[in-house]
Amino acid sequence: MSDLLYSEEEEALRAAVRDLLTDHCDAAGVIARTETDTPHDLTAWKSLTEAMGLAGLLIPEEYGGQGAGHREAAVVLEELGRAVAPVPYLTSAVVATEALLECAAGRTLTELAAGRRIAALAVGLHTAPGAAFPAVRLENGTLSGSLTGIADAAVADVLLVPADDGGLYAVRAADATVTPRTSLDLTRPLADVALDGAPGERLGEAEPAVRRALRTGAGLLASEQLGLADWTLAETVRYLKERKQFNRSVGGFQALKHRLAALWLETAHLRAAARGAADALATGEDADVSVAVAQAYAAPVAVHAAEEALQLHGGIGMTWEHPVHLYLKRAKADSIAYGTAGAHRAALATLVELPAP
Amino acid sequence: MTDAAELRQRTRDLLAAHPPASTDRLDFLRARFDAGLAWVHFPEGLGGLGAPRTLQPVVDTALAAAGAPDNDPRRIGIGLGMAAPTLLKYGTDEQKQRFLRPLWTGEEVWCQLFSEPGAGSDLAALGTRAVRDGDDWVVDGQKVWTSSAHLARWAILIARTDPDLPKHRGITYFVCDMTDPGVEVRPLRQITGEAEFNEVFLTGVRIPDTRRLGEVGDGWRVAQTTLNNERVAIGGRRLPREGGMIGPVARTWRERPELRTHDLHQRLLTLWVEAEVARLTGERLGQQLAVGHPGPEGAGMKLAFARLNQEISGLEVDLLGEEGLLYDDWTMRRPELVDFTGREAGYRYLRSKGNSIEGGTSEILLNIVAERVLGLPAEPRTDKDVAWKDLAR
Repeated sequence: MSDLLYSEEEEALRAAVRDLLTDHCDAAGVIARTETDTPHDLTAWKSLTEAMGLAGLLIPEEYGGQGAGHREAAVVLEELGRAVAPVPYLTSAVVATEALLECAAGRTLTELAAGRRIAALAVGLHTAPGAAFPAVRLENGTLSGSLTGIADAAVADVLLVPADDGGLYAVRAADATVTPRTSLDLTRPLADVALDGAPGERLGEAEPAVRRALRTGAGLLASEQLGLADWTLAETVRYLKERKQFNRSVGGFQALKHRLAALWLETAHLRAAARGAADALATGEDADVSVAVAQAYAAPVAVHAAEEALQLHGGIGMTWEHPVHLYLKRAKADSIAYGTAGAHRAALATLVELPAP
Repeated sequence: MTDAAELRQRTRDLLAAHPPASTDRLDFLRARFDAGLAWVHFPEGLGGLGAPRTLQPVVDTALAAAGAPDNDPRRIGIGLGMAAPTLLKYGTDEQKQRFLRPLWTGEEVWCQLFSEPGAGSDLAALGTRAVRDGDDWVVDGQKVWTSSAHLARWAILIARTDPDLPKHRGITYFVCDMTDPGVEVRPLRQITGEAEFNEVFLTGVRIPDTRRLGEVGDGWRVAQTTLNNERVAIGGRRLPREGGMIGPVARTWRERPELRTHDLHQRLLTLWVEAEVARLTGERLGQQLAVGHPGPEGAGMKLAFARLNQEISGLEVDLLGEEGLLYDDWTMRRPELVDFTGREAGYRYLRSKGNSIEGGTSEILLNIVAERVLGLPAEPRTDKDVAWKDLAR
């Protein structure tokens, strides 16, 4: 049976990431940044990667990484989720990194591990692990075509692009046209990518690399969703103890206590599911089922937690000033990212032999 | 401190001195108790060795492999899970010596006389009276939802000894002899048709003061030991995948393709995922207990278990369609063992309705989670400083 707890090292890692985000990634700053041309917080990113080496958690030591694993990366994602940190960790240090690992792209991995570069897999964020994905045209050795819905592409230095010869190509962002889109999730914005005769370096086969990248992305996304749910619940409980109406703490009303208790229970369950997926990805045992279970469960819980937080905050929750909307937008976007809960349930129907009629 | 190696050696010695194949079942169980291998975390002389509780599987596994008989723990769950920890914590030496050995071997079955028709969620409001008369207490009242009462030799009983005090302070805890005059047990038939439980009427039952557990008036505190162990017993099981209520419906789905519809498929997959995540949560709780850090998840496990059992068994009746309109048997019976996943879909559907009522209603458990885990304000209390006799009823 998988290990569903956190090790002492993992708790120490959590504490270090939380400290850093408390200092560098406060809610007011994140909200202000969303309305600038640079919604990503590259200062926090530099601290997480260059100073702490966290971009290299999944990368073996021979490529300059930490040679840690999915369990540790999951803990980092919990904390990034708690802070809705606008950094490309999931997209670059997890998803693109997994694709590069599948292709054994040593040089790029070394650059990612060192925090010198950011990569993005040029596959739409909504794509489920088993789903088809678009490819650009390979003509006379260059790449042409357009791809939509690429998360964090605006800060990527390297784009990992599937082409119609079945290959995965590394394309310098400078050789592509990256157009930011107005996105529901302010802290993980999407962009469209257009290539017009762009040079690319063939890394390997696209199909296994993309499949592996999306499966890991889906599995570890559950830990980010856990972080979102954990923060929204804790913050709502804190606020309802403090908020007085009818000469009482609002948190003393049974109708609200029961909703918060139910949410706590869902979050406790999500923690087990997310740890199960992270551990399964680390060991490779039962990974397909564990990832599908975690994603089928996590998305509705994170959305529910954010929606409850907004409602239970009352009017203040509806304001731009209060950070709960950042969590709602992230949770809702996450419920589509790397496949909806329904897509993961459909995958389970096959995996656990409960076929459709 | 006793370690695993020593427990293995003691188990080998027990098996050598009392070979299971040629030893009477009860003789073997008594010998196991006397060897301190019954519950290793209990003290020496009371069936244990003062070893860590986590080492119990070392003994159980070795004995099972040797084909040794067990004490049929499901049959005596109330004794093992609730009476024993309470006797251990609050019993006198004489009480522990008298009761624990036959309790563990199953020679004497125990039941629990707590709930009353007028005291369910508000158990501390109970009205069964115990009045001192010389060296005895004379008990009158009515208890309800008592499983095993018709099989039991002994009961743990809480009764009101001082109606002039506020409700939590006037209660005393006793051990009641179920064979005494004045104890009448009647089956309580439930919606499944059978009677797992009983009503127990107590009329002028005389209990010697030597069978009091804890101080006079301290019964509520003593009962907390019993009740805390009950919730652990109900929520804390570790299961394989599809090990619970989802198992039968998944099997039916696989074996009966003609029953499948798209609507049922979506419901099945959603509940399968929830059941698997609940299983993982129970597993995680078990791992926390094993390393000595029990998490607050325990408080919520029964909530999840009750809701899932109800939704899954409801789905199963729907899945069966025409067959779902039938029921296996309404005959009034008195089962010795209760299996929530036993019998057929209709039984499972009806029996699981009790899961959100027995052992603390889901509404009370939500209060407990909100107050003890999340630290939200307690419900307003109007009964705290009022004498029990003056409470509304």
